[in-house]
Amino acid sequence: MSLQLKNVSFYYESGGERKQALRNLSLEIGSNELIGLVGQTGSGKSTLLQLLNGLERPWEGRVLLDGRDVAAKDFSRKELCGRVGLVFQYPEHQLFGATVVEDVQFGPRNLGWEPLEVELSAFQALKDVGIGEDLLDVSPLALSGGQKRRVALAGVLAMKPEYLILDEPMAGLDPAGRREVFQMLLKLHRERNMSILFVSHSMEDVAEYAERVIVMHQGKVVLDGAARQIFRFEKELEQIGLRVPQTARFMHRLRDDGFPLKEECITPQEAVECILRQRGKSVR
Amino acid sequence: MIRDITIGQYYSVDSTIHRLDPRVKILGTLAYMISLFTFRDFAGYAVAVLFFALVLALSKVPFSYAARGLKPIFILMAFTAFLNLFWTDGTVFFRVGALAVTWEGLYKMIYISLRLILLVLGSSLMTLTTTPNQLTDGLERIFGPLKVFRVPVHEMAMMMSIALRFIPILIEETNRIMKAQTARGADFESGNLLQRLRNMLPLLIPLFVSAIRRATDLALAMDARCYHGGAGRTKMYPLRYRVNDFVAYGCLVAYIVILRAVVWVCPW
Ligand SMILES: Nc1ncnc2c1ncn2[C@@H]1O[C@H](COP(=O)(O)OP(=O)(O)OP(=O)(O)O)[C@@H](O)[C@H]1O
Ligand SMILES: [Mg+2]
Repeated sequence: MSLQLKNVSFYYESGGERKQALRNLSLEIGSNELIGLVGQTGSGKSTLLQLLNGLERPWEGRVLLDGRDVAAKDFSRKELCGRVGLVFQYPEHQLFGATVVEDVQFGPRNLGWEPLEVELSAFQALKDVGIGEDLLDVSPLALSGGQKRRVALAGVLAMKPEYLILDEPMAGLDPAGRREVFQMLLKLHRERNMSILFVSHSMEDVAEYAERVIVMHQGKVVLDGAARQIFRFEKELEQIGLRVPQTARFMHRLRDDGFPLKEECITPQEAVECILRQRGKSVR
Repeated sequence: MIRDITIGQYYSVDSTIHRLDPRVKILGTLAYMISLFTFRDFAGYAVAVLFFALVLALSKVPFSYAARGLKPIFILMAFTAFLNLFWTDGTVFFRVGALAVTWEGLYKMIYISLRLILLVLGSSLMTLTTTPNQLTDGLERIFGPLKVFRVPVHEMAMMMSIALRFIPILIEETNRIMKAQTARGADFESGNLLQRLRNMLPLLIPLFVSAIRRATDLALAMDARCYHGGAGRTKMYPLRYRVNDFVAYGCLVAYIVILRAVVWVCPW
């Protein structure tokens, strides 16, 4: 079970000019992973996501789902967008239904499911994102920003994807909203074994939630590994316009100063425990 | 997808024509277009083509670029040419089965096609050398005197420039929403006309919502900066005629005089 990119290149053409957005990129997403994708603006993250979901076709290379080429004739687009759910940046801008439920049902209905199945999965998805029953028959335009975001997420979740791909799902949310959305994603990941890939510009969020981190630069994957490992490369990340989480930076400075730290700590919680342990104190 | 549409197809180079006051170009194009309807002689066309060639050369716009404007009207042109060629009475010149081609038909076809081509080329040369903003500025000044009759000239020009400004933004928005809905399994390509129209709803509704949201934001932002219409408002770059503009008006008059003279002297 995996979603794979093999030697993929992609170009954008505009006004007769051709611009390379992805360069011979290979990548594998297994089942039940939780991945953070980071990279400078313009490094090709959004392009990569659109390829994974079949919205764009690679110019060179292949996209494989469970080893099958998604460009093959016997692979329908519906199957792909049902199995790989893509949530765009500011997904609330795509809401159109007269009521919240109706909007969420759009996706599963497009997949050609039975009406009963459509309804059930819509209700389940709305429950998963924490939209109460009192809001089901409200116009989505009458909701608050955070609620809209969650309804839009439910619209993709209702299609029951195995892989959930999100482009900056936290953009424009307040700290409480960010935490809520992340908790929800974590829950889906743990309880439904959903494989999740999210793009984020916040290294703190990535350190806090992602198990694996993929770093992109100029259309290539330059680093790929466990979050803890990736954030050791402070210099390398800085060279490509990124930084490590504040905590990791703080711990690196401490270590450079001779403070004996063995482990790599990337979240404040870990750092506190680590320092306390070092000083012989018990961790409360 | 829709990204490829270009509106206000400005060709960005620096040339004598580009630097002219937009009023000169608007009025000049109008005069040129009217002049094309005042004769049917080939001598006249020779003058009109020559004048166009001269302006084109001065504008530094490549001919192939200017000729792109002809593409959309090609079918219309072919159709009128065809009708004129076969359905004009007169002395028969040759026959293809039941269809007869007359000398008059041939003549009519050529001059009407030429007229159409020059009309399109002339107007596209104006949009190629003038930015949409300059055009609205020019129009606002030309129609300025109508303010006396309480025609909201300034407001109309403002609306036009805002509309032009929003076109590329809305095209991008359309692309984005289209992709988002496609990712949810929407299908914009198959089905009959009615189905397709219904399938457009998930695209159109968010697009309208976003357009209205943007419009409200803009209105608020303008209000917050005390915009209150045209009264007492000055421009950062007011349009002012310079020497070149008067020379251009002179050339225009010269063109019309020469055209009339040539048409009068040569009777073909
Ligand atoms: N529709 C398009 N037409 C032309 N070029 C594009 C288009 N979309 C993206 N690009 C270019 O492709 C490159 C990769 O863009 P992409 O949107 O994938 O970057 P990104 O990593 O998602 O950036 P950000 O963090 O700002 O969202 C950029 O250089 C961008 O300018
Ligand atoms: Mg992006």
